[in-house]
Amino acid sequence: MQRRQLLLYGAAGAGVLGLTLFVGWWRVDGPGAPEPKGQRPLPLSAMEFRLTDHEENEVGPGNLIGRPTMVFFGFTYCPDVCPTTLSDISGWLEELGDEASEMNVVFITVDPERDTVEAMAEYVGYFHPAIRGWTGPEDQISRAVEAFRASYERVPTEGGDYTMNHTASVFLFDAKGELVTMIDYHEPREFAVPKIRRALTEDVEGAT
Amino acid sequence: MVKKLRYTNALAVLLTVAGLSAPALAGSEDVVVENAWSRASIGVNRPGAAYMTVRNTGEDAVTLTGLATPLAMMPEIHESKTNSVGVSSMAPAGEITIEPGQSVALEPGGLHAMLMKLQEPMTEGENFPLTLTFSDGGKVTVEVPILGIAARGPEG
Ligand SMILES: [Cu+2]
Repeated sequence: MQRRQLLLYGAAGAGVLGLTLFVGWWRVDGPGAPEPKGQRPLPLSAMEFRLTDHEENEVGPGNLIGRPTMVFFGFTYCPDVCPTTLSDISGWLEELGDEASEMNVVFITVDPERDTVEAMAEYVGYFHPAIRGWTGPEDQISRAVEAFRASYERVPTEGGDYTMNHTASVFLFDAKGELVTMIDYHEPREFAVPKIRRALTEDVEGAT
Repeated sequence: MVKKLRYTNALAVLLTVAGLSAPALAGSEDVVVENAWSRASIGVNRPGAAYMTVRNTGEDAVTLTGLATPLAMMPEIHESKTNSVGVSSMAPAGEITIEPGQSVALEPGGLHAMLMKLQEPMTEGENFPLTLTFSDGGKVTVEVPILGIAARGPEG
């Protein structure tokens, strides 16, 4: 709101420059702004949501601070993109070996209706043992997705079923919970592993 | 190991025996399916997906119009797409035309044979037949091996 007032003031007072600022505000913060997609996720320390992991532990973003973290969204009824992401991540973790053992790896479902704790437990069991599956009430999932500036949408399919559109990027945070970078879906493996290494070493660099 | 299954004359013979005139097959007899694979399923409630390369070795374009398999009541060619802000979605891909000498890859994160309404679980180590139907009336059936849930490609 503060920025809005400031920018509106500028628009009124400074002619062409003000108009430019106004247009900028309109697109970035104002009514012309896109949904909060494509923006930078909050630091983990600024996120607030409560979920349950696949071993029935109460979990939230606070549990992730202190270790480097990898987070991604998906759902277990996803036949193509999600198993591919989970097996890619499993492959990256294998390649990193011991380096990755100090890392949190979290798969948050966007389909809590079907992805119960039991469903998540069975599903993650087929992938790298470091991967934790988080689920919970719809409102908490929605808060988590929003905090990551991600998105999801339920889409009906023929035959009465539904599928979920969702952000497929992998989010990487350092041990302090600050975003380091993201790995986009389709990004070559040669880029993914060095990015994870960055998240693993970032806090060390930050401390010096 | 590369698995190849060529169209045979069986269909044409069958149609002749049945007293029908064999359709003038233009192209699909030259379709070769390679490197087919799929992932095991957990039960039958989740849809499965199968992948392969469909190669047109002939001189005419061919159009892939549909799928059939005893494994699933609703098999369909789908395409996954990821947009500029990283959101993935999936939708029926419609008909797919393959030009002479070209091939189409069904691979993770792109085109896939979506296996909806599974009739039985997809069990690692087993195979299932998948029939590709073409616009000239030809059909190509391939045996698809079922690999582990975490498989990344035809090699596992
Ligand atoms: Cu699909």
